[in-house]
Amino acid sequence: MIEVQELHKAFGAVKAVDGVTFTARDGEITGLLGPNGAGKTTTLRMLYTLMKPASGKVLVDGIDAAVDPIAVRRRLGVLPDARGLYKRLTARENIEYFARLHGIETQLMHQRREALVDALEMRDILDRRTEGFSQGQRVKTAIARALVHDPRNVILDEPTNGLDVMATRGLRTFMRNLKAEGRCVLFSSHIMQEVAMLCDRIVVIAGGRVVADETPDALRAQTGEANLEDAFVKLIGSEEGLAA
Amino acid sequence: MSAMLTVWWKEIRENLRDKRTVFSALIYGPLFGPILFVVLMNTLVGQEMKKAEGPLKVPVIGAEYAPNLIDALKQQGLVPQPPIADPDQAVRNRDTDVVLRIPADYAKAWRNGEPAQVEVIYDASQRESGTPTSRLEGMLKRYSQQQGALRLLARGLSPGIASPVVVSERDQSTPQSRAGMMLSILPYFFVFAVYIGGMYLAIDLTAGERERQSLEPLFANPVARWRILVGKLGAISAYSLASLVLTAVAFSIAGTFLPAEKLGMSFDLGPGFIGQAILLELPLILVFAVLETLVAAFAKSYREAQTYLGLLMIVPILPSMLMSFMPVKPAHWMYAVPLLGQQIGISDLLRGIPVAYGDIGLALVCGFAFAAVLGMVTAVVYRSERLAISA
Repeated sequence: MIEVQELHKAFGAVKAVDGVTFTARDGEITGLLGPNGAGKTTTLRMLYTLMKPASGKVLVDGIDAAVDPIAVRRRLGVLPDARGLYKRLTARENIEYFARLHGIETQLMHQRREALVDALEMRDILDRRTEGFSQGQRVKTAIARALVHDPRNVILDEPTNGLDVMATRGLRTFMRNLKAEGRCVLFSSHIMQEVAMLCDRIVVIAGGRVVADETPDALRAQTGEANLEDAFVKLIGSEEGLAA
Repeated sequence: MSAMLTVWWKEIRENLRDKRTVFSALIYGPLFGPILFVVLMNTLVGQEMKKAEGPLKVPVIGAEYAPNLIDALKQQGLVPQPPIADPDQAVRNRDTDVVLRIPADYAKAWRNGEPAQVEVIYDASQRESGTPTSRLEGMLKRYSQQQGALRLLARGLSPGIASPVVVSERDQSTPQSRAGMMLSILPYFFVFAVYIGGMYLAIDLTAGERERQSLEPLFANPVARWRILVGKLGAISAYSLASLVLTAVAFSIAGTFLPAEKLGMSFDLGPGFIGQAILLELPLILVFAVLETLVAAFAKSYREAQTYLGLLMIVPILPSMLMSFMPVKPAHWMYAVPLLGQQIGISDLLRGIPVAYGDIGLALVCGFAFAAVLGMVTAVVYRSERLAISA
């Protein structure tokens, strides 16, 4: 479970995150929806302790990120906005590097890796160097290395960005499976159909603030719009930056 | 396997697959110095030898006025060349090193027993004219003394009265120390090897990782950043050390190709020298690894880091240049200054002067202390938020 309370973060005069509060529960997929530049990536970066909030609190499974950032990172599997792979290493070596950084022993590492390779259908690329991988192959490798330590909480920053239809569908199935395994899945997106299709809960962010935190059905009811797209536009106040 | 070791091993292995890093760390860095050195020394020495021992070819103007003088000079190895029209211009244009001109009134002055004048035309600012000019002057001086002595004898006087003071030169330099003077540039090659050995790795592991956007996922792992830093510094140091050891071995082999006997010099580039030189350079490995990482951490891109580190390469040359332009007397405190201590220490070792254990110890302690301070600064920079963020 990930709890976020009153997060603030400014870069100079720009208030990137200006009082964000929400909770992502276990066994649910929580979507962080907002236009480009709404503060999604900055919020997520504070969750996985890459950045320190100016004020506010992040709790992962009850652990305060400000007090024990390493324990928090141990409980998170993160696909960050930056998902660079080591191009001179094979996909397998990329995954195993992160497994070793988590201190996983060899036998367990092999088990987990095999499970992920099957779930992500990436056996054919496992022993190729990642240089020249397609966008989809890169995302699969990045997700596998992020989840090799079997984390309870999974954070994915715009996971479907740049993927084709087949890869996107595969990734959605994979996320539903994570949810079925009882994990807390938090992902960001600026694509409303995707969020509507996958999420149990939608947190809408605009201008660094949370403008809605509801189930998809409740959102429709709250805004009085039958169509989700119209509901979002109404919430955000403009059509800028949203993709259908 | 601990996190630090994991990072270390991954960086070593990944970079062994990078041709540019391997080339610069294990081929260019270690071999550039020794090869350049051997070629340079052999060319230089060959030229000097030719000028010092071969027949001395000098254009002579007015040879017909002094046939006896020319004969005497020929006996001493002079090969007179046909006269040239404009000797001043020829010397300035470096067409010839030196020209001898005998004026028309030479014979008259000689017959009258007056000092007969000859002109030696040369350009002292041309380095290569030095040896032929002094050889010619030596020949002329010997002929003059010989003739003077004969004249004194003819008048029944001892030639000794014309030489109240006789100078006997006793050079105190040993063969090793003379070689050491010529080898004053050599310590720089060791420093160069250490610097270049780790440079590409340092750029790649910080600026490169950020540019390729792999630093952010790396920092999402439950490993303290200083541990990651230590692993990376270890990998940079390992490449640097490999480069240094290869350099030392290459120099040791190159030493056998140096024209040592021709010069009556000898240098000791054996295992003892290699061992002590590597020991002295050890702190520099760490100093440069940290310094290069620090600079790369500030750079916004791989290219920028490359530019900065290229400029920074001038710093290690400074002690070498300082030593060759204004030779300073080595003092113990100099071993406490990184780079300077390595410079004078290796210079001494090349001259065959043993370096005291106390001095080596001082260089090691101060060098590692300096690296530690730099390391702490780098660790602080590594903790900053903006380090990981690529966009």
